[in-house]
Amino acid sequence: MKEFIVLKRNLKNDFSNLKKIRIALLGDTATQLLTQALRATGFDAGYDLIIWEADFNQIQRQVFDPGAELYTFNPEIVLLFQSTHKLLQKYNKLPPEQYSSLATKEIALIENIHATLVSRLQAKVIYYNYPEINDAVFGNYANKMASSFLFQLRKLNYELMEFASQQSDFYLCEVSSLQNELGKSNLFHTSVYINTEMVLSINALPKVAANTIDLINALQGKFKKCVILDLDNTTWGGIIGDDGMENIQIGSLGIGKAFSEFQYWIRKLKNRGIIVAVCSKNTESIAKEPFEKHPDMVLRLDDIAVFVANWENKADNIRQIKDILNIGYDAMVFLDDSAFERNIVRENIPEITVPELPEDPADYLEYLYGLNLFETASHSKEDEERTKLYQIAAQRTQMQQKFTNEDEFLQGLDMVSMIEPFNKFNTPRVAQLSQRSNQFNLRTVRYTEEEIRKIASSEDYFTFSFTLADKFGDHGMICAIILKKEEDGVFIDTWFMSCRVLKRGMERFVLNAIADEMKAQGFHYLKGQYIPTPKNELVKDHYLHLGFKEKNNHWTLDLNNYQTEKTFISANK
Amino acid sequence: MDRNEIFKHVNEVFIDVLDDGNIVLSEETTANDVDDWDSLNHIQLVVAIEKLFKIRFSSKEIQSWKNVGEMISCIQGKAA
Repeated sequence: MKEFIVLKRNLKNDFSNLKKIRIALLGDTATQLLTQALRATGFDAGYDLIIWEADFNQIQRQVFDPGAELYTFNPEIVLLFQSTHKLLQKYNKLPPEQYSSLATKEIALIENIHATLVSRLQAKVIYYNYPEINDAVFGNYANKMASSFLFQLRKLNYELMEFASQQSDFYLCEVSSLQNELGKSNLFHTSVYINTEMVLSINALPKVAANTIDLINALQGKFKKCVILDLDNTTWGGIIGDDGMENIQIGSLGIGKAFSEFQYWIRKLKNRGIIVAVCSKNTESIAKEPFEKHPDMVLRLDDIAVFVANWENKADNIRQIKDILNIGYDAMVFLDDSAFERNIVRENIPEITVPELPEDPADYLEYLYGLNLFETASHSKEDEERTKLYQIAAQRTQMQQKFTNEDEFLQGLDMVSMIEPFNKFNTPRVAQLSQRSNQFNLRTVRYTEEEIRKIASSEDYFTFSFTLADKFGDHGMICAIILKKEEDGVFIDTWFMSCRVLKRGMERFVLNAIADEMKAQGFHYLKGQYIPTPKNELVKDHYLHLGFKEKNNHWTLDLNNYQTEKTFISANK
Repeated sequence: MDRNEIFKHVNEVFIDVLDDGNIVLSEETTANDVDDWDSLNHIQLVVAIEKLFKIRFSSKEIQSWKNVGEMISCIQGKAA
């Protein structure tokens, strides 16, 4: 990671072609250098962060005054940085009988700040949690005293997590974990604090900024979806082809422990919804053997969505994995102990993330924890089922290879789709797809759960969600449409679809469904728009293919002359 | 380390932190003589010097220097 001195040279670069994001930073201590670090780190991530910084210690005035500059600035993201030092000062000034109520009072204030912000702004709120200060007034006994500062501080951090878990637009950024990682003497510099009111040391600024940008990336729909594993000396110790299954290192003894713990970590990622793939230079049957038979293996074949073991070039193999999974390279992480393989992959596929895994397997996990690769801004039940879905996709790809006639193949899939308006059951998934869908997304307008709820209940919109199931399994909800009423027709504000169901005729089925419904409601046209992004070229000619006519950067379909499109999907309303 | 050598290193730190290759310090140079040497950059200079010489200034020292010469003397007193 760049040091602050190097990082801030970015500030002189040309930001003009980068994506602009308006950010308000409100702090109770001096935040000028944090602002610089954020903007400079943003540059490396491809953002032109327009940061408006509130005057020192003006959080409450800015938030509670409807006429404040904060609201004129109208940020998309509000960063709230309240320091442990200021919290301690507050605590110090309380009458002793009120010590025990510090956390309760603070969380009430923070909830109030959040509620006020989201009522006046369409913004997401990021709150920095509190690194610990142990004032040592009670020593270890502080843990037994609700009135101790340490007790109140930890309670507040916990209450913040409880609150964040209930709110869709409130996120926490970890400063507390960062202090654990760096040590307090590195996060906090006493003389700098005394002289400048800055609570973050200069060395810590790039780390805090990077952590913030990780969150912003996730909010922008940029995050990792897949981890690709090498096997020998990455997933287990030793070389399976040479050493044989009984001699690989895994389990509770010696260096085997490092690999077992690594596998547990990978399995937790898989359970969270990260797709796990294997890419190994091995004979497939030998590479699979430990997954099937080794008693100490944590990962099993069930955990692996795509398993590629052969003697081909790894870059080519990763291309194949990408084709099966249908996700971008920038959503993939490749873990391999061999510097040679890492370099081949990096050179051929620059977008993929290839961590420089340490020499000693004992260091793998700590190193990977520090990279924070798997940030996310949402989570749903479906995430946990993802591996199964991709395993089914891989089977389907194999079946497709058997059919030469596309129609025959599609017919044989027995596809059924359920069409529903947005409701309280599908809203979280709609919002999540809205955040993460990049490729099949015509306008790439991102909506939060809250916004989806508002749209669903508005008279001005029609909403449709589509599921898809076939004889291999259920994809769940894979497409959403938001139509906005115009005078005689409707505008397709949103059309996004999961890439899992490409080439199934789903888009024709969706068009039939919305065209029929809108015609029945007495509308005369559908109007669509394609807004290009670096990711959505796939749907550049989407409306052209569906028979829309182009005019002034918009595509129109005349509903009076509309012919139903041929599909192999039946509706289950 | 002799004073000239410390001087040379400190000059390099100024160039690095303020990102200005034209800075030439003298014993008498003050914050008013150098563009961008404001309080925000001062603290970054201090931290960079601490790191380079592996020393730590007290909070009082950070605010006490009237010119570069006094800063150098302070470093000289700490750096072995």
